Amino acid sequence: MELSGSEIIIQFLKDEGVKHLFGYPGGAVLHIYDALQKQDDVMHILVRHEQGATHAADGYARATGKPGVCLVTSGPGATNAVTGIATAYMDSIPLVVLTGQVPSHAIGSDAFQEVDAVGVTRPCVKHNFLVKDLTKLAETLKKAFYVATTGRPGPVVVDIPKDITAPHIKIPYVYPKKIEMRSYNPTSKGHPRQIKRAVDLLLSAKRPIIYSGGGIIMGEASAELRQFVRKLGYPITQTLMGLGAFPGTDPQFIGMLGMHGTYEANMAMHECDVLLCIGARFDDRITGVISKFCPYAQVIHVDVDPASISKTIIADVPIVGGAKQVLTEMIKVLDKTEKEVDSNALEAWWKTIAAWQSQDSFAYDKNSDLIQPQAAVEELYRVTNGDAYITSDVGQHQMFAAQFYPFDEPRRWINSGGLGTMGFGLPAAMGVKLAFPDKDVACITGEGSIQMCIQELSTCLQYDTPVKIINLNNRYLGMVRQWQEFFYEKRYSHVYMDSLPDFVKLAEAYGHVGIQVDKPGDLHDAMKEAFKLKDRTVFLDIITDREANVYPMISAGKAHNEMDISPLQQQKQASLKAEGELV
Amino acid sequence: MRHIVSLLVENESGALSRISGLFSARGYNIESLTVATTEDPTLSRMTIITTGSDRIIEQITKQLNKLVDVVKLQDVTEGNFIEREIMFVKVKAEGESQRAEVHRLSEIFRARIIDVTDTTFCIELTGSGDKLEAYIRAMHENNIIEVVRSGSMAILRGEKALTL
Repeated sequence: MELSGSEIIIQFLKDEGVKHLFGYPGGAVLHIYDALQKQDDVMHILVRHEQGATHAADGYARATGKPGVCLVTSGPGATNAVTGIATAYMDSIPLVVLTGQVPSHAIGSDAFQEVDAVGVTRPCVKHNFLVKDLTKLAETLKKAFYVATTGRPGPVVVDIPKDITAPHIKIPYVYPKKIEMRSYNPTSKGHPRQIKRAVDLLLSAKRPIIYSGGGIIMGEASAELRQFVRKLGYPITQTLMGLGAFPGTDPQFIGMLGMHGTYEANMAMHECDVLLCIGARFDDRITGVISKFCPYAQVIHVDVDPASISKTIIADVPIVGGAKQVLTEMIKVLDKTEKEVDSNALEAWWKTIAAWQSQDSFAYDKNSDLIQPQAAVEELYRVTNGDAYITSDVGQHQMFAAQFYPFDEPRRWINSGGLGTMGFGLPAAMGVKLAFPDKDVACITGEGSIQMCIQELSTCLQYDTPVKIINLNNRYLGMVRQWQEFFYEKRYSHVYMDSLPDFVKLAEAYGHVGIQVDKPGDLHDAMKEAFKLKDRTVFLDIITDREANVYPMISAGKAHNEMDISPLQQQKQASLKAEGELV
Repeated sequence: MRHIVSLLVENESGALSRISGLFSARGYNIESLTVATTEDPTLSRMTIITTGSDRIIEQITKQLNKLVDVVKLQDVTEGNFIEREIMFVKVKAEGESQRAEVHRLSEIFRARIIDVTDTTFCIELTGSGDKLEAYIRAMHENNIIEVVRSGSMAILRGEKALTL
């Protein structure tokens, strides 16, 4: 089969099983768009900004486990995509981003719409390629998909000069089924002796805890994690990125940990004597101050990326390997060993945890005349039976979503954890809805974040992706305001959004449905109404309490046991103390 | 601690910038970096001299290994190794006594004079960084016109080798 470069790209995508391509045309990719127009197998989604393309592809990848694929033009097309690429990089999401480039002969001449895309994206990709030779095009594309999806996944950029895609130059094409790269051989199997040591250490624990992260989800190890954790009967906490891998409603799950984690999860981290970290990387939002991190714990760290191990926290038992493979081996060792869980110690440990839980660290004012953001998330949970795909933007609403929408399945909770990219939620929701048109998809956002990629409402109409936008509108950049309240004596600097659009009218202008609610009593009906409109994108503008805060909070320089707790929890602590329940 | 890390990398245009970019992005030190192709034209060999605590060096080697262009890596300082650097020095050499002085000094350091004009000598000297610095100190400062140093390269003694 003789194909042009453009035809090779399209044919390759088909052969690779790519169904959706998120992109935006421009000069350097005109040949590719011409080839794209002549076929129906790969559906192209025309976004309204390249950042939207990368986030949509990212959301698609997080929800499906398949790589997300983008096509953008040179220069501004590539630079606009950078935020989305960096977002995927920080959360280890497999993306393949094809960027057009000026013709080979013009590279380096400051040509129109020229930017060194390989140079610009280098620090935020797993790898990138510049295609210099048409005969290497198919092989390079295969390498890109291989690198993006294996080991610790990540985004890969392929920069393609315009002359490579010229329609009149044709060469034979064969789909490269397999690729060998001598310099890239990701490890997936853990070391058997280390695995044995880890299980022994876990069984010797008096106060164990399992802390798992996004690696479980990316590594498709959710079933193995559940089996392993249930066999042990130990408490488990999960990172923001890991939610859903272990069921959020399971009593063994003691909540998210870290800066805005539950009181019990953070206290248990501080007091534990053996910590199994699997598929997580001791991010600074998890550890609090390193010098006071888990002072009594021996640490087992399982990660597919050797560079993550002992990067910030020294591992006593390091295991390099994929979460699925390592957990499978751990279960085997556990089944064979004669050692047993110290059930007396475990019972005492669970009692301690229960006492922490009784303080109800997420308590909020349920009698307020104002809509509490937490109540809005709880209502969303009820209306969707806890079974929706939830994307979020970044800020207070993101934390409320993570705290009040317990996920029982992996890949349901889709948010920008590492980079913290505002504007992620709406395009990501679009990507998810394209992958799962029959599922409920909601984007929990705020009036600040939603405006960063609001133009994608237009894309939602064009491609009929009826998502529900749950806008927790507090007329503040809430998380920044919270920090200014706590750490800058309420000097609110540039956090007041005093010229907000009428979101209802805005939604209508884009051809969607807009609903505003500002009374707690109207929340349920409005939410019901939004989800009843199955085939419409609904913008639910929820006017919430302006000064609601996210609790608990570990502030800078503090340890897990030094959380700032809510006024309600303080009251509860005082009354428990008075009753002699708390010492 | 000072470490010498030797790398075999794909001989591709982006490889060098990926590696130097890694050092600057993560705040690691580079004392020197040398690179040239090997007997296999698809491979380059890079020698990086860096400093840091054991933990930092561990991170550096792990992060380097993670780069897709890096085929193989060796911390040479963990073994018994030979380290050399090459230097060219262009010096003023005017008049009999000055020319004789440069000659004498170069003999002491086993340097070679590789270019001669009426007014200058160009000297080639190989050795450890310390030796090269000692030569520069010994040469009168005012006489030095130009110094070019290659940066260190290193190889393990014995049978152990960095090959594919």
